[in-house]
Amino acid sequence: MKLKMITAATIIYGALLFTASCGNEGVKTETTDPAATSPQELANNQPETHGIEIKEGDITITSPLQKDLVSAGKSIYELKCQACHKLNEEKLVGPGWKDVTKKRKPVWIMNMITNTEAMLTSDPEAQKLLEQCLVRMPNQNISKDEARQILEFMRENDGEK
Amino acid sequence: MKHIFLKRVLPVAFLSAGLTGMQACKPKGTQSAVTGDAASKAYVAPGKYDEFYNFVSGGFSGQMSVYGLPSGRLLRVIPVFSVDPEKGWGYSEETKPMLNTSNGLIPWDDLHHIALSVTNGVHDGRWAFGNANNTPRIARIDLTTFRAAEIIEIPNSAGNHSSPFITENSEYVVAGTRFSVPIGDNQDVPINSYKDNFKGTVSFIGLNKDSGDMHIAFQILTPGINFDLARAGKGKSAGWVFFSCYNSEKANTLLEVNASQKDKDFIMAVNWKKAEEYVKAGKGVKKAVRYAHNKYNEQTHTAISTIEKEVLTLDPKDCPDMVYFMPCPKSPHGCDTDPSGEYIVGSGKLAAIIPVFSFSKIQQAITGKNYDGTFDGIPVLKYEAVLHGEVQKTGLGPLHTEFDDKGNAYTSFFVSSEIIKWNIKDLKVLDRVPTYYSIGHLSVPGGPTAKPYGKYVIAYNKITKDRYLPTGPELTQSAQLYDISGDKMKLILDFPTIGEPHYAEALPAALIAKNSRKIFKIEENKNPYATLGDKNARVERVGKDIHVYMTSIRSHFTPDNIEGVKLGETVYFHVTNLEQDWDVPHGFAVKGANNAELLIMPGETQTLKWVPEKAGIFPMYCTDFCSALHQEMQGYIRVSAPGANVPLSFSTGSTEPAAAQPSKDGSTVKN
Repeated sequence: MKLKMITAATIIYGALLFTASCGNEGVKTETTDPAATSPQELANNQPETHGIEIKEGDITITSPLQKDLVSAGKSIYELKCQACHKLNEEKLVGPGWKDVTKKRKPVWIMNMITNTEAMLTSDPEAQKLLEQCLVRMPNQNISKDEARQILEFMRENDGEK
Repeated sequence: MKHIFLKRVLPVAFLSAGLTGMQACKPKGTQSAVTGDAASKAYVAPGKYDEFYNFVSGGFSGQMSVYGLPSGRLLRVIPVFSVDPEKGWGYSEETKPMLNTSNGLIPWDDLHHIALSVTNGVHDGRWAFGNANNTPRIARIDLTTFRAAEIIEIPNSAGNHSSPFITENSEYVVAGTRFSVPIGDNQDVPINSYKDNFKGTVSFIGLNKDSGDMHIAFQILTPGINFDLARAGKGKSAGWVFFSCYNSEKANTLLEVNASQKDKDFIMAVNWKKAEEYVKAGKGVKKAVRYAHNKYNEQTHTAISTIEKEVLTLDPKDCPDMVYFMPCPKSPHGCDTDPSGEYIVGSGKLAAIIPVFSFSKIQQAITGKNYDGTFDGIPVLKYEAVLHGEVQKTGLGPLHTEFDDKGNAYTSFFVSSEIIKWNIKDLKVLDRVPTYYSIGHLSVPGGPTAKPYGKYVIAYNKITKDRYLPTGPELTQSAQLYDISGDKMKLILDFPTIGEPHYAEALPAALIAKNSRKIFKIEENKNPYATLGDKNARVERVGKDIHVYMTSIRSHFTPDNIEGVKLGETVYFHVTNLEQDWDVPHGFAVKGANNAELLIMPGETQTLKWVPEKAGIFPMYCTDFCSALHQEMQGYIRVSAPGANVPLSFSTGSTEPAAAQPSKDGSTVKN
């Protein structure tokens, strides 16, 4: 999986931060230097709810569906996703969600939601979708837990019980 | 050639008028000496940030502008007292109440001075304040959003010039009237009854320690003179505020002559701690007034304007030991307290010396009742008794003084166009540099605080002749940046500014950058017209009003086709930006709208009012580039004749042919 490559690159990049300060779009780390006092670093170090990388071990998928997660995921969909994603196969701004959980692994889906910039920069499947849609998926300020709720809603949309 | 005459001859004329013995410093040509390393000192490489934010008043533009230092890069124009179509400020229904006054909506004002909030006399990076000089108001800008959060009108004031200066712990922002005017019920009086009927006021606006919310705590009635600038004390003088005054002659015509008769005008010293005691003791008198108090709520993204009807006034006659006058030569403008709070520097703009007053001596003179008579019943302290000393051999027309971290003062000289550096303790002149033509104010980062950062002095020029490429009769306003880290001041950069920059303040970027707001959380959007998600997008008719609940996200509006609006109806577009990403506002504009656009921040809702004037199809579109498909972010609204049988309907993504049978008029149909 390409994600492993991203993880490796992140670690190397994080190590580089201690010796050099540079910006690299797409590969964001949560590394903070407590000694940082320059405004540049202060601004970079502001917590933001995106750029969060999800790893394989972070996700537990269970059956049957967790109904509370489904309904929370539905609310987030209606507020933040529906403007661009339909629940059938039809592409609106982004791809329709029908069968997404059958085509992609949970970790891929959740990374696409919470770590969008890195995925669009490094993941070949995400890049293919960008070529089709030509609009970079916006960061919608969604936390890891919320992404998990959206995933559960997607599973229900794909007919899982 | 005229400017050469002015530059060369005017100083000579002043010298020959008897002001001999001082060094006339002529402004140099456009080639003004700049040393070889100047560019590197002002250069901030692409991708690097500036060290300081510089908040600069926009003068007659009514706005506040923010520059980076040392680069001089313009970072932001904050709309405050003037409508700003770029941001929809004063055009959107949500922001219109911010410009409400007791005279109705006023789309313009004249923002003269900046004050930044302080804690223990040191910048805390929370709020910036600006004054409206024309229709007296004070604005508080929230430095997390760089937006005006509150605007309060000042009653019993006319020409709110001597404002908004702030006390040591942001307890009060002061607002002194420039013009004295008749106060009370009968204001229809002959102008030449000035001496009998005209009064001044200085207002003390209290700030809530946590929220910054403003209220007029009390006003002090003063003799009918003009107030120019002010500074609060700090350290030992923390309980005092000093106001420079002119027109102690109480003239009401041709002031350039008639208010320049006396050798000395005044600095008014107000003991605000004492004033607080009098307020507590019930010495204040409530007066009926009307003034607007406007607050912007960042949860509802909406401003609310309230008309207040009462103000508490203190009359020095009933409040002894609260107000004193100190003579100050001549038509004083600046009035600046040094970082220790011991010294108060007056600047007589028609004088050729700088008087420096001592707070300790002021206290001794008050204790010893060392008076030189009274002025309208208020004690005038003896000049010699309160003077620390005069800086001699300066230039002509000192205006404004700021301070560095090494015990030095920097004074601008309008008439002789220069900055003079001098030592506060021994009053010796240390250095002087020419500014290019007519400096007004100046600023040192942290200069008005208890702990200046020094490093730079910025000259805000009144006239910019010869600095930049010509642009017709009018030239840009300008600032000049000088490095003051060494013994000698060195010019390192010119940068253009907007309006006429008056006061400015600069503070370390680190105090503000870390708190800067990136988005408004859509979940916290409490605007009553918010559309929280596409499924709530709709169009509703309420009487003669059409409410469009619309969302925007890269790269479309929902709905993007609306039909069934009738001429004679008013359309309100309530646009909610669903984005949750930094720096992704969407704009919204409709063809023919007699208004402006909206600029809606991520997570915000804003409303554009539109009264169609003819039937037809009107395109609407996003004005702020948002994605590769930004140009496709558009829609149509159809307006029909009053009697037309077109049902109100709306859609997004519908490719169905038009409905053949319109439903009953007034109903809502979604395609």
